[in-house]
Parts: sequence; C-alpha cells; structure tokens
Amino acid sequence: MSNIPVLIVLLPLSAALLCMALSLIHWRLGRDVVIASVAASLVLSVIQLKDVIDHGTVSYVFGKYKIPYGIEFRIDAISAVIIVMILIIGFITLLFSMSFEVRDGGKVKNSGAYTMLALLIVGMVGMTSTGDMFNLYVFLEITSLSGYCLIALGGSRGIVAAFRYMLVGTIAATFYLLGVGILYSQTGTLNMEDMHYMLSRGVSTEAQAVALVFIIAAFGVKMALFPFNGWQPSAYAHANAGSRPLIAGVMGKIPAYAMFRYIFCIYGSEFRFMDEFLLIVGIFSCCGIIYGSVRAMAQTDLRKMLAYSSVAQIGYITLGFATGSPVGIVGGFLHMLAHAFMKSGLFFGTGAIRQKYGSMKMEDLGYIYKKMPLTSGLMVVAALSMVGIPPLGGFFSKWYIGMGAAGSHHLVYLFVLVISSLLNAVYFFKLFEKMFMARDKELPDRIPSEVAQEVPWNMVLAIVVCFLAIILIGVFNVPIVNVLMPTVMEVGS
Amino acid sequence: MMNWFLENPGLRPVMAVFVTMAASGLIFVMGDHVRQNVREAITFIAAIFNCAIVISLVPHVLAGENMRVSLFQIAEGVDLSFSPDAAGMVFACVSSTLWILTSLYSVGYMRGHHEKHQTGYYAAFAMCISAVMGLCFASNLLTFFIFFEILTVATYPLVVHYRDEEGRRSGRKYLAYTLISGQLFFAGIVILYVLTGTLEFKAGGFVSPDLLPGPAMLTLFFLMVGAGMVKAGVMPFHSWLPAAMVAPTPVSALLHAVAVVKAGAFATIRVVFFVFGPDAARACGGAEILSYFAVATIWISSFIALRKDNLKARLAFSTIGQLSYIVLGVSMLSPFGAVGGLYHIVAHAFMKITLFMCAGAVYVTTGKKNISEMVGIGRRMPVTMTCFTIASVAVAGFPLFVGFVSKGNLVMGAVSVQSPLYAATYIASGVLALAYLLPVVFTAFKRDVINMEFQERGEASLPMLVPIVVTTAVVFILGVAPDAGLHLYSMAVSAGHQIFGTIGVGI
Repeated sequence: MSNIPVLIVLLPLSAALLCMALSLIHWRLGRDVVIASVAASLVLSVIQLKDVIDHGTVSYVFGKYKIPYGIEFRIDAISAVIIVMILIIGFITLLFSMSFEVRDGGKVKNSGAYTMLALLIVGMVGMTSTGDMFNLYVFLEITSLSGYCLIALGGSRGIVAAFRYMLVGTIAATFYLLGVGILYSQTGTLNMEDMHYMLSRGVSTEAQAVALVFIIAAFGVKMALFPFNGWQPSAYAHANAGSRPLIAGVMGKIPAYAMFRYIFCIYGSEFRFMDEFLLIVGIFSCCGIIYGSVRAMAQTDLRKMLAYSSVAQIGYITLGFATGSPVGIVGGFLHMLAHAFMKSGLFFGTGAIRQKYGSMKMEDLGYIYKKMPLTSGLMVVAALSMVGIPPLGGFFSKWYIGMGAAGSHHLVYLFVLVISSLLNAVYFFKLFEKMFMARDKELPDRIPSEVAQEVPWNMVLAIVVCFLAIILIGVFNVPIVNVLMPTVMEVGS
Repeated sequence: MMNWFLENPGLRPVMAVFVTMAASGLIFVMGDHVRQNVREAITFIAAIFNCAIVISLVPHVLAGENMRVSLFQIAEGVDLSFSPDAAGMVFACVSSTLWILTSLYSVGYMRGHHEKHQTGYYAAFAMCISAVMGLCFASNLLTFFIFFEILTVATYPLVVHYRDEEGRRSGRKYLAYTLISGQLFFAGIVILYVLTGTLEFKAGGFVSPDLLPGPAMLTLFFLMVGAGMVKAGVMPFHSWLPAAMVAPTPVSALLHAVAVVKAGAFATIRVVFFVFGPDAARACGGAEILSYFAVATIWISSFIALRKDNLKARLAFSTIGQLSYIVLGVSMLSPFGAVGGLYHIVAHAFMKITLFMCAGAVYVTTGKKNISEMVGIGRRMPVTMTCFTIASVAVAGFPLFVGFVSKGNLVMGAVSVQSPLYAATYIASGVLALAYLLPVVFTAFKRDVINMEFQERGEASLPMLVPIVVTTAVVFILGVAPDAGLHLYSMAVSAGHQIFGTIGVGI
C-alpha cells in the first residue's frame, strides 16, 4: 500500500504548522517551506493521478483499522483529477501572494496568511480524498476556518464579510453534522461505501430524505448555491488579495463535489426520491444561474462582478449533476476544472492590475491592454471562455452539460444555459469595452520598471498557467472526459 | 517535403486554417514592434500562401476525391475534421482570393486615411479569414460551429475599430444579434446530436423527415438556420449590418460583402442541404417559411436602399437584398436554385466588393460619403466610377456580367418549382437595383459644374485602384465565361448534383 494519498495531505499540513515558528527564524523561511511542501504534494498528486488512471481506485486505510471501522482515503479518477487541480491553483496562488506581503513588521501576519493558505489546501484535498463521512466533516471545518481567516485578513470590510460567512457557515456545518447523525443512527456506519451498501438494503426512506435535505443545504451554503449564496459576493470580493484566486476559484467547488458524492455515490439510484431531489437541485441551479448573471451585470466593482458570476457558474456545475445523465455529470466536472482556471485566472488578472495601478473599478481599466498586454490577454481568454466561445474550456463543459440536459429531456436546462451565456456576454463584453476602448486614466504605476516590465515573475507564472489551462482544457477535453467517464458511469449505474 | 505535401491533399485545408491563424497571432504580437511594411508583409505572405493552398485543392475537389482528415476528437464522439467539398470550395476560393485584393486595398485605405489601431485591424482580419477557411472546410457541424463562433468574435474588434461611442453601440448591436443566434444554433446542434448521434455533413442531409413531429422539427430547423439568417441579414434580423458600416471601408468590403454575411448564407446552405436535406426541410415546412422571409427581405431592402443618401448605407441595404437571393435560392429546394445560390456567393462577392471599394476610394480621396455630394465626381475619378458603373449593372443582372449567371440559375429554379412569386421577386429586384444604383452613376457623371474640386483628375492611390480594376475585370470575365479560372461554376453544379442526387437535375 503506497503512502501517497496521505502524504499529499500531510506535507502541507506539517508545513502549515511549522510556518509560524520558522518565520521567527527568518521572515521568508516559513513561506518557502509552505511553497515547497505544496510543490511536493503537487508532484505526488500527479503520480497518484497516473496511478489511478492505470490501476483504478486507490484506497488508503489509516492505522490498519479494518474498513468500515477505520478511516479510509478513497481516491477514484474524479477525486484524483480534482486534487491535481486544487494543488496547481494552490501552488500558483501561493507564489502569486508573495507580491502581496506586508513589508513593515508584518511577520506574523504574513506567515499567518501562508499558514492559512496551506490549511485551506489541506482541507480541500482532504475533503476530496476522504472516504469517511465524519472525516469529511473535519476537513470541511478545516477548510471553513482557514477560509474565514483568509477573508478576515482582507481589511475591515473583509472582517465583516468573514463574520457573516462564519455565522452562515457554522449553521451549515451543523446541518451537515445533523444529516450525518441521522444516517449514522439508522445504519451505524460512517464509511461512505459501507453507507451506500446499508442504505440500499432498506433504511427508512423518510429518514434518508431528511438527512439528504440537511446535507444538500449544508453543501449548498458552502458552495454558495442559490439561494444559499448571501455570504458569498462580499466574502469573495474582500478576501485577502493574495489568496483570492484560490478562494474564489476552488473553495466553492469542493463542497459541490462532496454533494455529488452524497447524491450519486452514497444514495445512488436506489433512493426513492432521487428524481425529486435532482429536480430541486436543478431548479436551484437554474435560478442561481439567472440570478447570479443578472446581479453580475449590475456591478461596477470588478471583484463583485466576478463573485456574482461565480454564483452563476456554480449553478452550471450542479446543473450538470441535476441532469442525472453521465454526460451531464461529466460536463459538470469539466466545468469545475475549466471554471476553476477561468475564475482564478480572472482574479489573478484583477490582482495584477490592482498591484500595478491600485484600482479595481471598471472605469479605471481604460487602455489597460497596452499597458498590461499579458494580463489583458489572460482576462480576454478567461472571459470568452466564461461566455462559452469555442474552442475554450467553458464551451465544452457547456456542450456536455447541454447534451446531458437534452438527453434527459430537460430542455429547460439547455435554454437556461443559452440565456446565461448571453447574460455573461453582456457583462464580459462590458469589461472588454472598458479595457480596450475607454480612455487612459493615467494612474501612477506602482511597480517600478526595474522590477518588471509588466508584473513580477510570480504573477506572470500564475497568468501563463491559467491562460494555457483554459485553452488546453478546451481543445483537449476528450482525454479528460475519458478519464472521468468510467467512474461516472460506475456511479450512475 | 514537397512530395509529402503533394501526396496528402487532405492536410492542406488544415494548413490553410492554421497558417492563417498563426499569421494573425504573429501580427498581433509583433505588429507594434516592427515597421509597418514588415507587418503588412506578414499579411501578404499568409494571404498568398493561403490562396495557393486553396487553389491547389481545386483539381482534387473537381475529381471528387474524398479528402477527409481528422485531427483529433474535439468532443466525445465528434472529431475536429476537415473535408473540402464542392460547396465549401466555392466559398473558400472566393474569400481567399479576395483576401489578397482586400489586403492591398487596406494598405492604401488605412495609410491614406491615417487610421489608428492598424495592428489590431490586420490581426483580426487574418483571424476572420482563418475562421472562414475553417468553416468552409469543416466536415461536421461542431467543427463548423467552432469556426462560426470564432468568426463572430474576431469580427467584433473590426466593427468597433474607431472605439468611439457610435462604434461601441454598433458593436453591441452586432454582438446581440450574432451571439443570441449563435447560442440558439448551439442548442439546436446539441439537440440534433442527442437525437441522431451524428453531426457529419452529408450532401442531401442526414436528418430523416420523420425524426420529430412537425412543430418540433420546425423549431429545430429554425434554431439552426436562425444563425445563418442573422449573419446573412435576413429581415427582421438585419439591423446589425447597416450599423456595422461605421467600420473602415475595407472591413465593410470584405466582411460585410464577403466573409461574415456569406458565412451566414453558407451556414444556411450547410444546414438546409447538408444537415436536414431537401426532404426534411420540405416536410417540416421550414424551407417555405424561410423563403417568405427572403422574399420580404428582397423587396423591403430594395425600397429602403432607394431612400439612403449615404453611399455605404445604400450598399449595405443592397447587400441585405442580395444575400436573400442566396437564401431564397436555397429555400426553394430545387437544383437550379442551389447552383444559383452557391454561384451567387461568387458573383455577389466580386460585384459588391467592387462597389464598396469604389465608395471607400471616393471617401479617402475626396472625403465624400453622401451621394448628393458626389455630383460630377466621375470627372475626377473616371476609372473608379467606371468600375462602379460596371459593378452596378452587374448587380442588376445584365447579361455578360457575372450577376446574370447566378440570377439566371435562380430564376430558372423559381420557374422549375413553378413559383411566380419567386421569379417575380428576382426580376423586380433587378429593376430596383438599377433604380438605386444608377442614380449614383448619373450623379457622378453629371455635366453640370457644381463641385469645382472635381474638375481636376485625381484618382485614388494605386494600392486602392488596382484591386478595384481587378475585381471589375473578374466581374466581366466570369460573366462571359462562368467557369473560367478556378472552375467555380463546375463546382457549384457538382455540389448541386451531390445534394439532389441524380434525380431531377437538368443542368
């Protein structure tokens, strides 16, 4: 049994714990250790992905306790891909946030931010890896707590947003615990696979349904699925600038994946109210897609616009799940990947603009494409992908979701996708108008030209990675689909 | 290397698409860092290379070779694949040859007019051509749609070229029309793929007439054909086209007389003949409804054109009418109509680009936009205005000019389906075309001395004049010998044969 699954979690976890202490020795040491640990995890996760593709699902049992009594990490193709995604974006976000360090005596604050980022990565990777329902709760809390801290680090408005998120998020966590409690009382197990086996052998349907309501509500809050999205826009917009790409790009996706596992892996098609629950998720998604897009159109602050757009985009993912057909589900996962890179790419772009010119207002973007060609190139590609222009990533996820919707006779879903693309086009082309056609505001350049022509290398790296990822996910979507499809088919049947 | 290239004609369309795309990227990245002449050299090298590739494919297509090449799966079960066929080649030949001429003209126009943002202009232009090549050669609907959408987006920077309030408004209008129809097209493709499990174009269509009950089939038909209708400016979806005329004249010339609107007409051809096929299109009643749209457009646009004083606006409405010739030719579902429609892509491209380039030459040389200000301009620019005159009578469909060839086929198609309405529309439209174009000619050659500035001779600069003369010559040559040069007429006919099989083809 290889130790890779647990090492991927353990390395950043120990680095996070050491970070504060190490930074007392030298102010950069803690940061470097965290970055190195995440890089190592990234390498391991790629090895793990290859292993999973070649040999199928990997299972790691803690402390040799027998399953279902012990805790298990269970990594199938979907989770392996998502873990790689988390670690890529986590790694480039860590590098990116180097530019946002506070220079004057902020030793604790700086290394604290890195600790929290590392913990956030740990929490998300753990949530994806685990095969145990209570263990998932632990990692969910790690994710949430580090998320609260990072949002609160974003200044006075960040603190308010974090407090709001904490109130709602705690209730959500309690809901999750309640849901798990109900299931545990009925079956006496916490292992996911074992739970699926027990549930399929006749447990009171009412109890199952109540538990699922709690669980969907809990994950709905965590991923900001409409109508549980109240906390999200200000939290995303005012989070700590360096960690914003990771928070906005990835944090919402992992609860969505967890929800997928509950609905399809644990409950599965034997559950009597499956269609009803999928319909409810579908309705939430459709409303969220329209609501998020409409609200995004009205924003003048770039960050708020992108945050509302996330409400809509999460809806795409859950809409893919709600179709209930394998193609649609794969589309949802493809959108998870594509959107992670699009959204964090857009936040990398806005972060770079803010770092250079100190502004986040749409009005101040005039002529930016001449001053920051690389950044604007990324933002254009990411925005076009959001609209769903082929051959970028966002188009193909929409293609598969649409096929799932048409195949399961939910033509309404297909037209919601169409309308949403058009609404996306409205606000992203508004952004283009500002970037390419507005007059130059001649803001002072805050990055001296001897440091970098446009932005420092760490920002360039983040921008280039996202730029390539969006295009490659689009053009070479078939290999990704081929990796995900067998697992989804297994679950769907 | 050379042998390998000659033995693999299937790879040439791929190169046509991607070399042009690479040229676009190169221009965009390098454009501001090299001298103007170097930047334009990239355009010309790419244009000539592209044209050579397309022409080299002509014999293979005429021989009826199957040159399908798949690059890789672009979506589960659908390949990114190209296969040049007769119908696609007609359009590809036209756009690749006109790209060279328009590039030459652009150099004269953009420099003569001291335009800004020229780098972006040339880059977007090359991207548009690349997209057109892609959609000409695409062998399935998804590949087609990818390039169709790339074309939509790549045209946007050209429409908003001046970056002023008016340009922005036109840009929004353009996007609103094309993106909405594009997304509906997308929905249609998804539904069709789920229902039939294939997206591969097939001459004569792959949709069986009883795939769906009548109304559902009709909806699907219009979801898919709608994108073509919008891009081809069929009324009531036309208003983006006159608005987009704020762009520089070469853009109007190539994109609104050749690439974008023709892509719309071509999309209609692909959807009606290569997806639905004549039987399904007739069975669901979609083709008939489409033909009424086209008839109404031809009449109304001609009357609007009569009232426009701005020369470019008048030409824009003429374009809207002429494009509906093609749509009507397609929707009458007869072999003659198909051949005439396809050949009208050629005919209208050369006629209308001549007219637009003349209008642009007048504007750059004298600064005049309105017809009423052009009294006596024929004396200052006799060559330009002579070309304008020739192109005008060609648009009206006079024999010996290329417009007659396509229109003759279209009228025969109307007769063969026994529809007096269609035939009368074509004939009346020819008369109306004379009525709105000849006044320009008469004004230009008036003897009265009103504008003193027009007394001296002073033609447009050579880079603008040469393309005008060349396209005018083509209008005449193809009128006398429709099959001269690239065998475009044979290709249109063979496309008609493929679509309708052997039954009922009397061509």
